[in-house]
Amino acid sequence: MWKIAKYIIFDIIKSKVLIAYTALLALISVSIFMMDTDVTKGLVSISTVVMIIVPLVSVVFATTYIFNASEFTELLVSQPISRKDILLGKYVGIGASILGAFILGVCVPVSLFAFSVTALVLMLVGCLLSLSFVSLAFLAATMTSDKAKGIGLSLMIWFYCAIIFDGLVLLFLFSFNDYPLEKAMIILTSLNPVDLGRVMILLQLDISALMGYTGALYQKFFGSGYGMLFATVFQMVWITVPLLLALRIFKRKDL
Amino acid sequence: MDEIIEIRDLKKSFGKLEVLKGIDCKFRRGEVVSVLGPNASGKTTLIKSILGMVLPDAGELLFNGQPVTNTFEYKRHIGYMPQIGRYPENMKMGQIFDMMRDLRQEHAQDEDLLKTFKLESMFHKPMHTLSGGTRQKVSAALAFMFNPEVLILDEPSAGLDPLASEHLKEKIKEQSAKGKLVLFTSHIMSEVDEIAGSILYLFEGKVRFFKELDAIKSEAGEVRLGKALIKTLI
Repeated sequence: MWKIAKYIIFDIIKSKVLIAYTALLALISVSIFMMDTDVTKGLVSISTVVMIIVPLVSVVFATTYIFNASEFTELLVSQPISRKDILLGKYVGIGASILGAFILGVCVPVSLFAFSVTALVLMLVGCLLSLSFVSLAFLAATMTSDKAKGIGLSLMIWFYCAIIFDGLVLLFLFSFNDYPLEKAMIILTSLNPVDLGRVMILLQLDISALMGYTGALYQKFFGSGYGMLFATVFQMVWITVPLLLALRIFKRKDL
Repeated sequence: MDEIIEIRDLKKSFGKLEVLKGIDCKFRRGEVVSVLGPNASGKTTLIKSILGMVLPDAGELLFNGQPVTNTFEYKRHIGYMPQIGRYPENMKMGQIFDMMRDLRQEHAQDEDLLKTFKLESMFHKPMHTLSGGTRQKVSAALAFMFNPEVLILDEPSAGLDPLASEHLKEKIKEQSAKGKLVLFTSHIMSEVDEIAGSILYLFEGKVRFFKELDAIKSEAGEVRLGKALIKTLI
């Protein structure tokens, strides 16, 4: 497993797409800090970028890489290596590469320009989001047999998490306006790794007062150490569950 | 024991499409078997089932007398050359060979093909710059490198230049003389005629016949395999 991961990392670090992604993240982070002297505002801007670009690139890049390497996967399956080791090896390889890009592109500039608790949460959220979207990419790629369908599905997942989900939540809020929804909202938030990350960051910025009563409840829940733990654990669930599902499917998949 | 691979009533469907409808056959050491059949007769599915890439719905696959479905250790004894070999694009050719050695945790035992195909001089080239034929040479060299007991070659000479394809045929004959089982598919009848000892003919997911080459020819009264096959099948 570690050997496969090692060779995949060797292969990916020379990939132009990954280099461009790292450069893009670094460019965004540095230019935001250069333009604005208020680092807290800078962090908010960066977190917006993190919420959109990181999941998108992670999921699409990983799905594309898995499909492009499908013949190589076949070759690995014909070798005396278990399917579990092949899939987990690929996950560690791709995940580590994407994570490396995020660390170089965002974590390094953020620690240099604006090191604080908020910055730490931002870094943690970005890392967890990268990994959970690579995980979702594995699920999308093992569920489908065709490259176009696989990438389509992974784009749908991103579209759902980044855009559609908020609309659904809004619809839900309007429809059940007359009921107390605060607890339901916390559960709803857990159903989307991007929202979970956003809440974790926003609550560090002391702007939850702008979010009304739900915000106050959020602050009470997620603002506590216990809530942060809850959110982190749920992010972990978003990493492990799709990966385990992908592993189950891959073990029985015909190549 | 002479039989190395035994297949018992192997069945496989993809959705509603039944591809293999109960295959029974035994392959012995030292045999060169050509798997033939029209398109969509189940050749690739059969080969992929032996390699564990396709998981059968029913039936058994025995390797050296042991059932091996859903296991992977037996693959240590198989060398496989795919029809289209694609490798991690940004890795260099030399790294690919190192990687396979590392992954199998074996030393290369047979590097003849590396020399005959003159691959060593191209070790520094990244895989994405190589032509299809060169990649086929890499696949062939990898399949033979660990001196496996069974060689499975899917369309081995497709894309190879005439000289390389001659070298490969020689290599196949040499390995079979050493008691290896060679299974291969091909669409070139002259090639089958030249190297195969027997023919496994699949038709619509079943074994139509599994006979020695000479028997097919003498029964049909033909010298050329292509004509003999047509007579046998009518």
